[in-house]
Amino acid sequence: MTTPALGKDLVGLEHLTAEQILLVLDTAEPFKEVSERPIKKVPALRGKTIVNLFFEASTRTRISFEFAEKRLSADTVNVTSTGSSVQKGETLVDTAKNLEAMRIDMVVIRHGASGAAQFLGDRIRSNVINAGDGKHEHPTQALLDLLTIRDRHGKIAGLKVCLVGDVLHSRVARSNVWGLLKLGAEVGVCGPRSLMPRGIEELGVRAFGRVEEAIEWADVLNVLRLQLERMEMGFIPSLREYYRVFGVTVERLARASRPLTIMHPGPMNRGVEIDSRVADGPHSVILDQVTNGVAVRMAVLYLLAGGKPELADAAKRGGADA
Amino acid sequence: MSRALQRMAVEVLEQAHGTTDLVLVGIQRRGVELADRLARLIEKDEGVAVPRGALDITLYRDDLETVGPRPVVGETRLPRDLTGQHVVIVDDVLYTGRTVRAALDELADFGRPKRISLCVLIDRGGRELPIQADVVGKVVKTAPGDRVDVRVEELDGADQVDLVKGVAA
Repeated sequence: MTTPALGKDLVGLEHLTAEQILLVLDTAEPFKEVSERPIKKVPALRGKTIVNLFFEASTRTRISFEFAEKRLSADTVNVTSTGSSVQKGETLVDTAKNLEAMRIDMVVIRHGASGAAQFLGDRIRSNVINAGDGKHEHPTQALLDLLTIRDRHGKIAGLKVCLVGDVLHSRVARSNVWGLLKLGAEVGVCGPRSLMPRGIEELGVRAFGRVEEAIEWADVLNVLRLQLERMEMGFIPSLREYYRVFGVTVERLARASRPLTIMHPGPMNRGVEIDSRVADGPHSVILDQVTNGVAVRMAVLYLLAGGKPELADAAKRGGADA
Repeated sequence: MSRALQRMAVEVLEQAHGTTDLVLVGIQRRGVELADRLARLIEKDEGVAVPRGALDITLYRDDLETVGPRPVVGETRLPRDLTGQHVVIVDDVLYTGRTVRAALDELADFGRPKRISLCVLIDRGGRELPIQADVVGKVVKTAPGDRVDVRVEELDGADQVDLVKGVAA
């Protein structure tokens, strides 16, 4: 009896087990080394065709996925909503079915609507990877955050990790909460009450109203990007006010009894949610997160592409290969 | 096993005409331990350090979709740029030759060795590719359903080679 490593799609961390999350992190370890080689490429996904379907702006995530795909020797195509038939009113499923008619193997999707990845995964045969859907989840970001925390602290269980900022609108926060809780971390959230989802404590998460309290409590701060539109929408009075009350500054961190690991999923608004001196400081692992992003995405692609259970059984019957 | 390894170390040394530019690269997992053993034996005889490395060929396999639902990728670490080096690939069992084929492909991505040779503890026959070993610990006759289990002290607590007879298909 064999079970697939991750299933057909990676939609979110909510429905993964701790064992599956650890499998991705462990598989990511050897992939780090591939990016350090003189020839940064292995043939594992040779002949696979992957479409990166990005309906929302993205630099880091799209490039990171593209590097991961190329370093595994897959063939990739990028589709963005501007300049495609999406602008002519084609539906998401029609776009995907048309791509599938060209015999693709995987779709990486970023979409503004929560649930878009699941919706697509249920309707096409190809593997679907969620690269961020609305306010729902951004699983590969959380996985790379988990890997970075484990690299820095040697463990995740028992650590106190606090997400600071716009938790309400953040798919990064949601995926992180699921992943961290499953791996046994203590999770805190901190931000203005207007940006805090109601009832979040029911998930087993601690809510902090003051960033000073969060800093005193936590081992790791994951500082979320404050989307500038939030001010116009009336969630916060002004950016300066936000920085004054919730900004992660050198002065605030200096008052903590121990140094905190500082993370940020990017893109950063320096001087809004995070002080430049903190972002560039000795305890910042923000660029390590970016490096780990490629390895984690390689691991996810590899695990979804390989391990078709029926084929594995057939291979086992054929005898081991040495 | 230790006698076989001692003899293999001598043969590796003979074929390489000494330790200059010699690099021993073990294939994950048992090959890594065996390469380490051989390197230590050579070091004891020659009094010079022999660089060694580890190669995981999982990502170079020709059967990703059939390796199973949890393909485990091990560590690859090579001591230096392999250009101009004499690389000895070390593995526990030589069977179809597909692992060695993958290892040759992978090594090519790390430079251009002046020579690559192959050293295995057990040659069990059954090749599916035109690949032969340069140094062999022992040749064992096997049938396709059989399994050859090599155990090494570092990983398994004892040195032992077992031939497990398979049920005839």
